[in-house]
Amino acid sequence: MPDGAMPVLDVRGLKTVFRTRGGEVHAVNAVSFHLMPGELLGVVGESGSGKSVTMMSLIGLLPSPPADVREGQVLLGGVDILKVSPEELRRVRGARIGFVFQDPMTSLNPVFTVGNQIIEPLRAHMGLNKAQAEARAVELLELVGIPDARNRLRSYPHQFSGGMRQRVMIAIALACDPEVLIADEPTTALDVTIQAQIIELVKELRHKLGMAIVWITHDLGVIAGIADRVMVMYGGQVVEQAPVKDLFADPRHPYTRALLKTIPKVSGVREARLQVIDGQPPILAGAPTACPFRARCAHAFARCHAENPQRRAIGAGRVGYGHDVACHWDPEATDA
Amino acid sequence: MLDAGRRKLVEVRDLKMYFPIYSGLLRRHTGDVKAVDGVSFDIFEGETLGLVGESGCGKSTVGRALLRLYELTGGSVVIDGDDVAKLSPEALRQKRPTMQMVFQDPQASLNPRMTLAGIIGEPLDEHTSLTAPEKLARIYQLMDQVGLNRNFANRYPHEFSGGQRQRIGIARALALNPKFIVCDEPIAALDVSIQAQVVNLLEELQDRLGLTYLFISHDLSMVRHIADRVAVMYLGQIAELSPRDELYAQPLHPYAIALLSAVPEPDPSREGARQRIILQGDVPSPANPPKGCNFSTRCPQVQAICHRLQPDLIEVAPLRFVACHFVQPQQAQPAGSTGGTEATEPTQQGVNA
Repeated sequence: MPDGAMPVLDVRGLKTVFRTRGGEVHAVNAVSFHLMPGELLGVVGESGSGKSVTMMSLIGLLPSPPADVREGQVLLGGVDILKVSPEELRRVRGARIGFVFQDPMTSLNPVFTVGNQIIEPLRAHMGLNKAQAEARAVELLELVGIPDARNRLRSYPHQFSGGMRQRVMIAIALACDPEVLIADEPTTALDVTIQAQIIELVKELRHKLGMAIVWITHDLGVIAGIADRVMVMYGGQVVEQAPVKDLFADPRHPYTRALLKTIPKVSGVREARLQVIDGQPPILAGAPTACPFRARCAHAFARCHAENPQRRAIGAGRVGYGHDVACHWDPEATDA
Repeated sequence: MLDAGRRKLVEVRDLKMYFPIYSGLLRRHTGDVKAVDGVSFDIFEGETLGLVGESGCGKSTVGRALLRLYELTGGSVVIDGDDVAKLSPEALRQKRPTMQMVFQDPQASLNPRMTLAGIIGEPLDEHTSLTAPEKLARIYQLMDQVGLNRNFANRYPHEFSGGQRQRIGIARALALNPKFIVCDEPIAALDVSIQAQVVNLLEELQDRLGLTYLFISHDLSMVRHIADRVAVMYLGQIAELSPRDELYAQPLHPYAIALLSAVPEPDPSREGARQRIILQGDVPSPANPPKGCNFSTRCPQVQAICHRLQPDLIEVAPLRFVACHFVQPQQAQPAGSTGGTEATEPTQQGVNA
């Protein structure tokens, strides 16, 4: 991938630690990634892999204590937003970075109308007056495909179905024309037919508005359909990163490979038996000194237990811009 | 897999489960939520019937009603010769060991104050008269079967991971040597890498113990993996009931077609080429289902008759049952004229990627 253009978002060496009574939990370990204008980056991982915490860290949404964003830079248009004052950060959140959460019921305030909740960021960030904000809110609801938008402004969240609520959440996130939209499992709580509606909507909006999107999910099927590039996380680290076609055609990390084999498919050859990844995801106590996947890895050898692998590029290109993997094992060398 | 001579272990006929709505000052009975409205199917001994559908379609209610965890509104459920719906409380209690359940949320379905041995042993206390050492031996045997380390017998549920907790739930369901197990979304709460472990365990136990499963799930790809036949439910009724391979190769009911087309596939090349049918709108409320066919409000091929008449579930091809006015027996084989085939549908709102 050419790296001539400037990324809209550039995250470098992000490290987040939770201080708990049982000691420190290293939830995010030196995570680096970037997002080009108009690009959709998929982030895949199981619960506890650090994908949500990474995104929450970079816009300061984690309560501190217990969370401590210890190291790293988050460059949004060249400015490190980890270093700016809380006041300035407020101007970034909601205005330049929009957020869509997993559960549209708990992320909307049940005692305010949805109109109120869409108008709030418009007035706070864009300085619109009430009439202007209302007009824009109607426009936004129409944009996300809610029929009868003007009247629906006066409805409360419980009067919407799950899919409609998620549309409202997307409308709020888009209210101020953000450069970056972060969607954290936006379709996980929805049924498949509704999920298909939301995915179609996001694809359409992307073409219309041209924003860059980070889409977090554990569903590789969803990723295959929408992402340009995919980042696989495990144990608080990026273990593999690649353009979507390369990742599915030629996965390099043993975790990615195993993950692709454990999921059954709706078409094609039906597998007689599902491949299993034995064991459990790791508990991230203490700073990592070895590969987080070593205990479940079929290819682990001595070095994996002694040294945490760094991301290395596969083929040409820099780490982060082509296909890269954080693994000591070389499939070409040992497969034969 | 479906020899004609196989014994039906479970026969469900016209199962109805309504939940009354009381409203107004006097709490009058003003209507019903028709969670399950006339569902019939059989499950053969040793097979797995998959039951799929979106949330609110009544699939879990069917599972619970089958084990009479609810008092049925109507219909019959014959399990291994007895109509469970009509058994007296004592007869039902004696029947319980043959039919068990594995629940969705292993956290909520295990008592946090009981040890693992207590949880697995409770059905044995209730239904058998084993001595303490016999009971412990049986508990260890069950733990071995589901792959739990014997040393964990005195630990509490919170000390286990989600996948291990689901194993505890399975061990408890197996304790009394059941013939029939209802698995209600047993993997929905688990991580992808753990789901395969639990599904493989369920399959292994089925082979070894000859169990019969009703596998309830919204995960269509996992159902394709585990089930022999699949029933697709929509708003309290079965839209299509077909053998697995036939259903996934060529679904016939418009809802089954749309549902399968909506499942994202982990393959970017195929994802790009697929024709996805995006259904408009949401599932109607089961308290006020539409007149006629209950899918008529969202069906891409809806006709006038669909708003008037409710289609019956009929056998349109050997072992394939479909409830749609436009999927008829004689026309089911040659593809095209009436709909029900996947590719060439002028009326469907296919959206290209």
